[in-house]
Amino acid sequence: MIDFGFTVSPSSRINLDEVDKKSFVALSKIEPDVVKCMACGSCSASCTVSQFQPTSVRKAILSLQNGQISQAMDFLKHCMLCGKCTMVCPRGINTRHLIISIQKIYGK
Amino acid sequence: MKKNILIIGGGPAGMEAAANLDRLGYNVILIEKDKQLGGHLAKWDRLFPDGVSAKKTLDALTAELSGVKCFTETNIQSINVLDKSYNAILSNGITVLADAVLMASGFDLFKAEKKEEYGYGIYDGVMTNADLEKAFREKTLPSKAPKAIGFVHCVGSRDEKAGNPACSKVCCATAVKQACEIKEVYPDADVYCFYMDLRMFGRHYEDLYLKAQKEYGIRFIRGRVSEVAETMDNRLLVKAEDTLSSKPLKVTLDMLVLMAGMRPSEAGRSVGRQLNLTTEDDGFFSSSDNMLAIQKSKLPGFFYAGACTGAKTLPDTLHEARSAALEIDRYVKDNFKEQ
Amino acid sequence: MIYEGKKKIWADYQKEIPEDHYFYVRSCIRQSFFPASEATFLDITRNKLGKDIFETEHHTTCGGIAYHSDTIPQETVMTIIARQFALMKKYGYENYVCSCITSFGLYCETLETWREYPELQQKIAENLWKSCKLEFAKPKFLVHASDLIFKYRMQIASKSKFKLVNKNTGEPLRVVEHIGCHYSKMFPSKGVGGAEYPYVLVGMVEAWGGQIIDYPERRHCCGFGFRQYLIKGNRGYSVSNTHKKFESMEPFKPDMIITNCPGCPYFLDRWQYVIAETQGKTYGENGHGIPVFTYEEVAGLVMGYDPWDLGLQTHQVSVEPLLDKIGIPYDPAKKYLGRNGKYLGEPQKPHCLK
Repeated sequence: MIDFGFTVSPSSRINLDEVDKKSFVALSKIEPDVVKCMACGSCSASCTVSQFQPTSVRKAILSLQNGQISQAMDFLKHCMLCGKCTMVCPRGINTRHLIISIQKIYGK
Repeated sequence: MKKNILIIGGGPAGMEAAANLDRLGYNVILIEKDKQLGGHLAKWDRLFPDGVSAKKTLDALTAELSGVKCFTETNIQSINVLDKSYNAILSNGITVLADAVLMASGFDLFKAEKKEEYGYGIYDGVMTNADLEKAFREKTLPSKAPKAIGFVHCVGSRDEKAGNPACSKVCCATAVKQACEIKEVYPDADVYCFYMDLRMFGRHYEDLYLKAQKEYGIRFIRGRVSEVAETMDNRLLVKAEDTLSSKPLKVTLDMLVLMAGMRPSEAGRSVGRQLNLTTEDDGFFSSSDNMLAIQKSKLPGFFYAGACTGAKTLPDTLHEARSAALEIDRYVKDNFKEQ
Repeated sequence: MIYEGKKKIWADYQKEIPEDHYFYVRSCIRQSFFPASEATFLDITRNKLGKDIFETEHHTTCGGIAYHSDTIPQETVMTIIARQFALMKKYGYENYVCSCITSFGLYCETLETWREYPELQQKIAENLWKSCKLEFAKPKFLVHASDLIFKYRMQIASKSKFKLVNKNTGEPLRVVEHIGCHYSKMFPSKGVGGAEYPYVLVGMVEAWGGQIIDYPERRHCCGFGFRQYLIKGNRGYSVSNTHKKFESMEPFKPDMIITNCPGCPYFLDRWQYVIAETQGKTYGENGHGIPVFTYEEVAGLVMGYDPWDLGLQTHQVSVEPLLDKIGIPYDPAKKYLGRNGKYLGEPQKPHCLK
């Protein structure tokens, strides 16, 4: 192999063909409301830690749907389970409970 | 002596106005360019948001037309303004002297092949909203279940390059309705809706969206499909940006449904040119007042109803048809006092 | 794939290409990248087809590379272009044919700009007179050299010695066509067949017996992208784009690639070496690459030119497997001999790419 000083960079494109849907189906079984998210962003806007750390239930759900599991977990790892997001979700998703369920299914 | 009212266009607007004018005691002549009445409704299967049958709806509209003279497969050959009436020569040779005219020419579906990057007419598996309704109606969907299906909102709408910057109003609700329906036919398929904004403005529309997410598991991706290509095994490679995560995205589908938007009817516009009727930048006819008198044109005795003045839902169209009938009645009473 | 649907689109993008009498301008870089392509174009059009194609040593660069790397003011580049057009008029021509896609795109852009801003055109005409004492003119017809070969494709086919057919199987060769971005993406109506399904190279390949394959990334840039390549720090973008194209076309097993741009064949060819040496991956058969050609080279091959006279020894990806497939004879001993049999020297063999 030769070092040219530059090389092929990996694609950052989301490939929905490669998403493992089984875990998400398992999540939807115990959290049927997870698919109700309409990406309004109320959860992240009201989040206690999102001002300091990249934390967002909206982005976590989206990342799971796009097959980016570790990124999804990163969006939740600073959560303190205060429940403010649950108070403001217009679709009535029990986000606090959802976060715990995500950890159960996807957490190591 | 009964006054003559000519209605141009036998879709829902023309039919509903005809029925009401007939009931008000007018001699109504309804002309339609196609073989049958009903316009796009006659080609549709079920209607949003509740999934009522298009056929039943059309039958109900048709049932009211017994007193109306309907000419199908008939166009306006020429039309001109006389002193207080309109003289129209029809393609079937009949001449109509009308005391008032209602334009109900509706819309043409945007020609989806103009969006070359979507490959309509080039790739198998790319179809339009109208093609899918036809397949539902005639039960001609492929028996081999597709693995993945996509819906592209705003095809030829909100698209200056395609000649139509406006929203076509009905496509979001139609796409969500069709997505649920296709999921009923192919329960194991992954179904995606590619939208820019989801405009679910009407009564029950938001319920439909929620149902699509929760009961049907439709995945909504915020981003416009940018290009479609064929893969080695004749499937469709679809590219878009997931704008909510700001990342490009690709997915391989078996079926892609393009939600073709509304363009002004070419047949209606050709009549309009003969009378020098003005249109707005979007190509639809301009009303004398978009707030107070959307049914009135700038010509006395010439009225509009339905999508000839811009994209409308079916209930909007029917309401306009009824109010146009009332406007025509008022116009005739004010202008033709019985001797 | 519904072929009829494509034909409908092609019908919408017909371009008027005059039959004869052209003022020809060369590309800056093609003569070193693909040394015989332009000579072959002139030989085919003038000597084999008897056309009047005039060229003068007084023409210069169009300024395109400087323009696309933001190092030249627009008025300067327009004055350079005005001088080229003025030379055309001076020598009594009104049809202008250029060898380079970057030039073609820039000419289209400039003519459109002048149409839109006549006061700017006036100013450029004054610049031209002040600097060169030449009379301002615009071509009646502007075409790219690939448009002309497209126009003459049936005449070339009728004089052909070989077809783009695998002689062992009798099957048409599977050909990837790649169009330079500036050919029709900016002005679809200026290209034969438009921008989405350009027909210019498809028409040649069909006329010469090959079969076009459509692969998902067919419209993607070759990777050149000017600044992507010109600045070394950005070359990762350049090679990544090329890599994306090859990954996408790989399952279709193309026999060859035909291009109409100066940069595209260069990068599609040379980056296969870099991809092989950094990723260990090759895309052709048995460790070979997929050979990449200019349209003049392909025209020359089907007309029976000697492959080494077409400069195919300067390609990175070896062309011999394809020549064998078609049945074109060549003398391996003469591969590295230049004019009058002078030995040119032999490049080092790459590790990965055969």
